[in-house]
Amino acid sequence: MQLTNRSKQVSNKQMTLAEKMYLPAIAQGLAITIKHFFGKKVTVAYPEVKRYLGPVFRGHHVLKRDEEGRERCTACGLCSLACPAEAISMVAAERKKGEEGLYREEKYAAVYEINMLRCIFCGLCEEACPKQAVYLRHDRMVPIFTERDQVIYGKDQLVEKMDDRYIRTNPDVQATPTEPSYSRSAT
Amino acid sequence: MENTQPQLFKVTIDGIEVEVEPGTTILQAARKIGGDMAPPAMCYYQPLKGSGGKCRACLVRVAAGSAKDPRPMPKLVASCITPVQDGMVVENSTNEQVLSTRKAIVEFLLINHPLDCPVCDQAGECDLQNFAFNHGMATTRYEEKRRTFDKQDIGPYIQLHMTRCILCYRCVFTADQITQKRVHGVLGRGDAAEIGTYIEKAIDNDFSGNVIDVCPVGALTDKTFRFKNRVWFTKPVDAHRDCPTCSGNVTLWYRGEDVIRVTARKNEWNEVTEFICNTCRFDKKSTSDWVIEGPTKVSRSSVISVNKARRDAIIPDFQKKLAAATYTDVHEERDTSQLGIQQLPPERFAPVLPHANDPEP
Repeated sequence: MQLTNRSKQVSNKQMTLAEKMYLPAIAQGLAITIKHFFGKKVTVAYPEVKRYLGPVFRGHHVLKRDEEGRERCTACGLCSLACPAEAISMVAAERKKGEEGLYREEKYAAVYEINMLRCIFCGLCEEACPKQAVYLRHDRMVPIFTERDQVIYGKDQLVEKMDDRYIRTNPDVQATPTEPSYSRSAT
Repeated sequence: MENTQPQLFKVTIDGIEVEVEPGTTILQAARKIGGDMAPPAMCYYQPLKGSGGKCRACLVRVAAGSAKDPRPMPKLVASCITPVQDGMVVENSTNEQVLSTRKAIVEFLLINHPLDCPVCDQAGECDLQNFAFNHGMATTRYEEKRRTFDKQDIGPYIQLHMTRCILCYRCVFTADQITQKRVHGVLGRGDAAEIGTYIEKAIDNDFSGNVIDVCPVGALTDKTFRFKNRVWFTKPVDAHRDCPTCSGNVTLWYRGEDVIRVTARKNEWNEVTEFICNTCRFDKKSTSDWVIEGPTKVSRSSVISVNKARRDAIIPDFQKKLAAATYTDVHEERDTSQLGIQQLPPERFAPVLPHANDPEP
């Protein structure tokens, strides 16, 4: 009975001299190795080349600015409340006259700190944010740190730079609901 | 001899019977039962005479007026100002009409209320927020412009945000009944009605700070606490001091080692019974001024209790409530035509399960 078509017939045939010296087997093995020189590489040279991690990857935090470049965060504290690792802390301040172009609402985060050693990149802050202010970038990871004083990220590292705006490349994937049409501006 | 013992009225609220004295309102009777039985109240404030009857949040259905005249009342009544009758039957949270009306009331109250909870200092201890969370919708249908007002400065202690006001009149009653002279009131009519002092003037009575505590929304907030911290990051502690003008019983709100706010104590209905003076509220903000009594009891479902777990904390009932609210019977959604047994010819299973194909009861 034949169970599989890959089975080989066993024979007691005498091997030739070349076969005894493994010459055909060596040639066959080298051919396989040489074939892989010309094929597509399966690995990347990691630190220099980085893979696309997908549109839902949760990496480096970013504090978004709105269309006019004003900070969206109002220091409501919901991210910090939602954070299971208690990594986020903030200090709120009132917007002064003349700062309307800097901050969107009358309250803003004067200090906003994320302890990256505590953060578990769960994305709950992103989900909790009522102002669509905090996002976890899909395209950038938090770099490795060697000293403990590099661990706490302040606003200088978190707020989005105007020349380096963050956009989700795949607009179909929305980790956080988009802003509703009605005005949410404070009065 | 005449019987001087007052006759007690028997009232049934959501199927629970309670005996109360004549003259008690339905809301008070429901509060006597306690817990979730009490209708929500936005304008009614028990310590303030004359409050109530404005916000319509506490509407209930009276299914039977009294034992003598058991006809139901034709419309929903405001439970905070309707006195009970003997044999009255009240439907509060068991009536679909009451609940849908409350949903509409939330929507009405929120028409002009800005959705700026992330900015507002009252968030976390706001009556309107709780009311909307328990009874309202998650979204708004209102697209028109909300009313706006000129900013008014009413002194160094109290911050007035007129846009957030729901015109409950509590602060007006407080000023009338707690202090000697009232300098603020409701100006204008209808849509233009607003709380103000007419001529810009600081409210600087010794007890003026109490309007902050009675305000159900964030219209009147503590200027010394403005944007200092979120309510749920602070830790409430009961304390007292020997105060010559008031009772001196307060709640201190700690952030770390610092007292960042002092408020009067609130009971389980979020009402202040012992009003405190401005010296206690605004000037005594160090631990050395106070005798600490212990942590304030905060309901487990409140956001203030988050991250302040104690060993004797009780299990929250929110999960149970949510499960009960979203519960559906398994047969409602199930497509019984897909059940395997019915795809078999009847003669195959009829001897074993003779009633399998009967319609469900």
